[in-house]
Amino acid sequence: MTTKMPPPASRPVRSAAPAPGRQAARTRWAKNAAQSVMWWCISLGLFIGIWELITVLGWTNTIILPPPHEFFAEIANQDQFLAPRIGVERTGGNFVLLTAIVATLKRVLIGLVMGFVAALGVGGLACYFDLFGKLTLPVITLLAPIAPIAWIPFAIMAFGIGDSAAIFVVFIGIFFLLTLATVNAIRNVNQLYINTARVLGASRRQVMFKVILPAIIPDLFFILRINFFAAWMAVLAAEMVGVNTGLGAIVMVGRQMFNAKLMFLGMAVIGLVGYLLDVVFRQLQNRVLWWKGASQL
Amino acid sequence: MGQIICDHLSKIWNPDSADANLAIDEVSFTVHPGEFLVIIGPSGCGKSTLLSMMAGLDMPTSGAMIHNGEPITGPSTDRSMIFQQASLFPWLSVLDNVAFGLDLQGISKQERTERAKQYLQQVGLLKSATRYPHQLSGGMQQRACIARALCLGTDVLLMDEPFAALDVQTRHQMQKFLLELWEGTNKTVVFVTHHIDEAVYLADRVLILTANPGRVLEMIPIEMERPRDMMSKGFEYHRNLFVEHLRSEVVRAFEEQELAEMLDTRV
Repeated sequence: MTTKMPPPASRPVRSAAPAPGRQAARTRWAKNAAQSVMWWCISLGLFIGIWELITVLGWTNTIILPPPHEFFAEIANQDQFLAPRIGVERTGGNFVLLTAIVATLKRVLIGLVMGFVAALGVGGLACYFDLFGKLTLPVITLLAPIAPIAWIPFAIMAFGIGDSAAIFVVFIGIFFLLTLATVNAIRNVNQLYINTARVLGASRRQVMFKVILPAIIPDLFFILRINFFAAWMAVLAAEMVGVNTGLGAIVMVGRQMFNAKLMFLGMAVIGLVGYLLDVVFRQLQNRVLWWKGASQL
Repeated sequence: MGQIICDHLSKIWNPDSADANLAIDEVSFTVHPGEFLVIIGPSGCGKSTLLSMMAGLDMPTSGAMIHNGEPITGPSTDRSMIFQQASLFPWLSVLDNVAFGLDLQGISKQERTERAKQYLQQVGLLKSATRYPHQLSGGMQQRACIARALCLGTDVLLMDEPFAALDVQTRHQMQKFLLELWEGTNKTVVFVTHHIDEAVYLADRVLILTANPGRVLEMIPIEMERPRDMMSKGFEYHRNLFVEHLRSEVVRAFEEQELAEMLDTRV
């Protein structure tokens, strides 16, 4: 984790490379990418192949552990999910699985954005107004270690079954940690930047908004990315134990109906969507924080 | 324009605790308008502390500082500081870095871009305006810092070993560059260094400080034509003069430090 802003190193300036050099770089990149894709395919193929082989050999009970081709075929068989009518809310369209993905994503993202903004605000205020910090930080420190999952029963009691309970779990799950991280990041901002701004005539407020805020964003983004997984898991758990819609609910319905195919399909989708979200996060980080080298992220 | 009077300045770090430390002791001197004053001294003489008090970043424990007739109570855009580490904000382009101080004053984007470009040209960085700090060399970064300070119309440049982190060649180029820039303006420069050649090459007057605590040892004027030839007799003479003055100080500071370390290890 990079918590300190490194002094801008005198890295060699990348000049417009001559055409052959650029060509070579592109070829090298393509080669690396191809190799990476190849190993992904081999790894995944091996995993699925062994699983299928075990099934063909009859070593497993296909009702409990169906082979991948069977549960992936379920995607075409959407009515299954609707049979119990509690699996997913039908919010439009015919593709039920997509509805579930959207429901889960919506909860995670709303919770994350709310948590991020609130943590930035409270953390900033705690540093800006000393008294406010002294009054709030001890409580926040004590509440931070409570795992998001532990908030689920309270959320369901307080908000009932539905979106608000799930969003609350995400929010509360990241808010305390992220607030502490904000305070920590603010205290670690390089004094050189603050002194520079003061010498250039910045007021206290200007130092906060024009120097400290941009300086801590990379750290916070990194912590947000880590916490995203905690939030993702909390929402899935909430969907399993009470919220009753979304991807987590599909897995749970699968178990209740003794439909292992549905269960595994849900799990596969959870894995895939989680992975894709992390990819998106990383891309976003690289775009937004262009001034930090990739190695520092 | 650009006069600073330091009157019986003292600075004690952690005054109320057991490890109170007298860094600056009763230092008095005047920086004349438009002059190039170099402050030199062994490490630990509090020269950086002195400079940051002149910038208004630290307050003296006692004594007064007067800039153009006004007491110094905090940072002001009339005095700008260049730090040893290049202090450009990595999230802003070179142009936006230079215009940062103008932005703080609420000057319109068009006007501050125009003014920033003017100073970027003066320091020879106009072509790099859209680049980011990490794409610049160390010398270029310091030049951008200087442009940023000049941009505010500041009349005193406080420079805290600004070229110490650069390699030897770049360092000498930057010294030449700074002199040319200074000669074309009426700015006052207060320049801190521990490097004797740098002091002799640049200064109108040199203030020598003692170590632990920092006191004024001597104020020596250098009346040599610029540009100065480092091989000349006059340069040699001044170099030796400073070596003599500093040697006794360095030896004393070194012995004290050794003694302190010996005592430390015994305890």
